[in-house]
Amino acid sequence: MLIFSVFKTLTDQEVTVELKNDLSIVGTLKSVDQFLNIKLDNIRVLDEDKHPHMIAVRNCFIRGSVVRYVQLPKAAVDTQLLEDATRRESSNAQKAAR
Amino acid sequence: MKLYRRNEQRRANWQELKPALEATRRGLPPPARSSRLSLFAMAVEPFDLIKVSLSERVFVKLRGDRELRGILHAYDGHMNMVLSEVEETIYVVDVDEQTGESVVRTVKRNCDMLFVRGDGVVLVAPPAR
Repeated sequence: MLIFSVFKTLTDQEVTVELKNDLSIVGTLKSVDQFLNIKLDNIRVLDEDKHPHMIAVRNCFIRGSVVRYVQLPKAAVDTQLLEDATRRESSNAQKAAR
Repeated sequence: MKLYRRNEQRRANWQELKPALEATRRGLPPPARSSRLSLFAMAVEPFDLIKVSLSERVFVKLRGDRELRGILHAYDGHMNMVLSEVEETIYVVDVDEQTGESVVRTVKRNCDMLFVRGDGVVLVAPPAR
């Protein structure tokens, strides 16, 4: 849930999604859901020579499970807020487990 | 006698560290850095070890011969993580066509802010000091 919220705050930001098949897609993050499925607009593939079949694609939906990394714009992330939220969520999770 | 002294020492360490551990359990920011190092050694639940590594530089080993070093800012129960100032190391095995020998080549990349999906994570460790 925590990471889901992080991605929600990053909508309309430019991100780079690296997939497990080594395809990297740059695009504007339009929406995200609880599985961290991602919708990207205005996409561009890094290394287009290697993936010519992707040139025509303008926007896409990415299944969350095939994502390896998402490179985020540093300025859009409040690290202090993230750490506090993480501490809160992890202690809640621990309480629930007991 | 020696053993007794050692136990005394341990008890003293515990007394000193107990408030710190309690604080991290309650979700408060961990106290002074000096006592954090020893917290690694006595984190009780597995996730406690990651929790005390928040805002510290960590080492993350991933599937596919990849390693990350970066500052940990967030994680969840799936081990999804957000790291900053990340250096990624990829180990690529090249096979020499003439000799048939395999040579390991490392590729390094840097990234300011990175989300890592938890299903690729093999281990998380505070880096060696």
